[in-house]
Amino acid sequence: MFDTLQDRFQRVFKSLRVQGTLNEEVVDATLREVRLALLDADVNLNVVKALLERVRVKALGEEVRSSLSPGQEVVRIVRDELIDILGHEASLLTFSKDYPTVFLLVGLQGSGKTTTAGKLAMWLASRKRRPLLVSTDVYRPAAREQLAVIAKAIQVPCFAGEGMNVPIDLALAARKDAADRGHDVLIIDTAGRLHIDELLMQEVSDLRTRLRPSEVLLVADAMIGQDAVRSAQEFHERLGTTGVILTKLDGDARGGAALSIHYVTGQPIKFLGVGEKYDALEVFYPDRVVSRILGMGDILSLIEKAEEKIDKQKALEVHRKLQTDTFSLEDFRDQLRQVRQLGPMEQMLGMLPKVGIFKDASKARVDEKELTHIEAIIDSMTPQERRNHEIINGKRRKRIARGSGTSVQQVNQVLRQYFQMRKMMKSMSQGLLGKGLSRLKLPVGPGGVSA
Amino acid sequence: MPISLFGSGQKEKKPGLFDRLKQAVASTKAQLVERIEEIVEGKQTVDQSVLDDLEATLITADLGVKTTSEILAALRDQVSRQKLTEPRQVRTAIEQEIQRILENPAAGRANAPAPKPPPPGQPAVVFVVGVNGVGKTTSIAKLANHYLQQGRKPLLCAADTFRAAANEQIEIWAQRLAIEIIKQKSGADPAAVLFDALRAAKTRHHDVVIVDTAGRLHTKYNLMAELEKMCRIAAREIPGAPHEVLLVLDATTGQNGLAQAREFVEHAGATGIVLTKLDGTAKGGVVVAIARELGLPIQFVGIGEKLDDLLPFNPQEFVESLFES
Repeated sequence: MFDTLQDRFQRVFKSLRVQGTLNEEVVDATLREVRLALLDADVNLNVVKALLERVRVKALGEEVRSSLSPGQEVVRIVRDELIDILGHEASLLTFSKDYPTVFLLVGLQGSGKTTTAGKLAMWLASRKRRPLLVSTDVYRPAAREQLAVIAKAIQVPCFAGEGMNVPIDLALAARKDAADRGHDVLIIDTAGRLHIDELLMQEVSDLRTRLRPSEVLLVADAMIGQDAVRSAQEFHERLGTTGVILTKLDGDARGGAALSIHYVTGQPIKFLGVGEKYDALEVFYPDRVVSRILGMGDILSLIEKAEEKIDKQKALEVHRKLQTDTFSLEDFRDQLRQVRQLGPMEQMLGMLPKVGIFKDASKARVDEKELTHIEAIIDSMTPQERRNHEIINGKRRKRIARGSGTSVQQVNQVLRQYFQMRKMMKSMSQGLLGKGLSRLKLPVGPGGVSA
Repeated sequence: MPISLFGSGQKEKKPGLFDRLKQAVASTKAQLVERIEEIVEGKQTVDQSVLDDLEATLITADLGVKTTSEILAALRDQVSRQKLTEPRQVRTAIEQEIQRILENPAAGRANAPAPKPPPPGQPAVVFVVGVNGVGKTTSIAKLANHYLQQGRKPLLCAADTFRAAANEQIEIWAQRLAIEIIKQKSGADPAAVLFDALRAAKTRHHDVVIVDTAGRLHTKYNLMAELEKMCRIAAREIPGAPHEVLLVLDATTGQNGLAQAREFVEHAGATGIVLTKLDGTAKGGVVVAIARELGLPIQFVGIGEKLDDLLPFNPQEFVESLFES
């Protein structure tokens, strides 16, 4: 996410940080680079101009000049201004007093509305809501089947409306069904449309008037170009959209749309779609996104994810085992499974700050299949072997390799990795309470970034 | 944006290809060409402020920073050599630059392979690839229709086994077009579906196989590797296959289109582009950037939701439809 922009900012700021004094020349040269980076990232031209003007005025101000490290100050200014442009607070969903609350998803063709409808339903379901899905896309072949299949996969009911093929009828019937069956949220997926398509826009407009949704969410592709802002604005003016969900951020979209939409339309970005799996939906936190763009990482989101998915009891247990040196292959497998629950490795590595040992972490290519192999190898051991690795001799290794469909070399490698991990974790768990902790704190906040 | 601006654009019944293209690029034209006109209007010389405004206009049209600088450098050069003195010549100068880039895609660091002919008596294999939601399946339907009209006998291969209801979607199109389709159940190995389709095409004497693939972000290493595997399977069954690999690109995509094109050339050997959603508000400027950087030619443009809304692309016509007054 935002990797390209990140790389460029890193380069620009690296040369800036070492500057002892800031004169107009240095600032202008830096801002020229920033401008190119932003434009290449498809940030709207007007937004770029406004941002740079604000940064320039502040950067040449008294406060920065009298600062001890003016370069750092400028990075801080850019950070603050970026957060300003993205809107400060995370914007949450509004629910109505009457059941069911209605969310309407709209957007251009191919922006990812149907998948997002599923993700949103899953997000709500995991927060004790009881959503019902309905598709009013009567135009695209198999669009309604698509939502039905997704609904089944995430185990959320989907209103079929067999024999109905008028969007408004479908939506009204679904709302009645939701109320009857005690669903508290109805998510309406609509057909993709261009904002200049009068007929289709009127159709959603009618949906909005009749159903009075609490949220009209524009689903927008993060890779969209300079036009992003204009379509967002038109959808807002015409349909009164209340927020935006940006999709496909797991690609290398540079976030131009993200940086432009809020500034120009005043619409908050509410969620980010970050992967193919249905749980790959994240709440949008402006400050965290800016940290990511500036290469400061997003440790907060990583911790939250870990808290959500990792069993605390087990984590404490592991910690104790490491200290007493009884961390077995069984625990190794448990650890691996828990970490994998957090999501694809590449995504997690992307959240780390780009400094020190993590510098190229996001570029590391993790083959998820290899992780599956490791699991298979440990699964093929006997419980005894898993508890006491010392008994695993050559003959046993051969059997394990056969059982897991791998080779003896691979088995050896897993054992090596296990020893290494044991060693590393042991030293880490001891150091964590000492100087290790201050090291972890370092990347958070602008002052800590020293590449 | 009144359509009467394009001369014969309002002609009754069936407008010609060129007129339809003109209608489709109407908003691009409004944003690019008419903006240029406004900038030079009433100016005496081509000075820095004119060039600055032009730069902003080109960037806003998604041409990208590099392509924009190249065009501006050419303009500056012409100004300094006194070849460009009148502001009203600017429009033509830009038109020529864009046309030059589009017509000589090889002028950049060209690395896109050229399409190959299939061996005699064997079907041509056409892969259709792209990121999620660009309009691959719809383009395939249009492409099949295009081949049908040429009197060919296309076979569809539903190798998008990943997305929910992708099979159903392409099947409905196959029914509408009354053509054959090879599919397996959702979640199957796409390479296996491909294998089946190629075997079927050979025995049933189809002359072209259009392969639908799952949308994949070009940054997903494993998915791109899967595409490479499909290419290998195809080549094993029919020499030289895939003979064409069409990258479907959404015209509203910004500079990310470049990154997409680069990866799909590298991993799937993309030979050309189908530019979709050119109607409406798309700007399509990224096409110029792609031609310049990768030498990947545009083969078709999609201009609407109907089956015949797919036009063969001709750079000269494209530029003409944009700039013609």
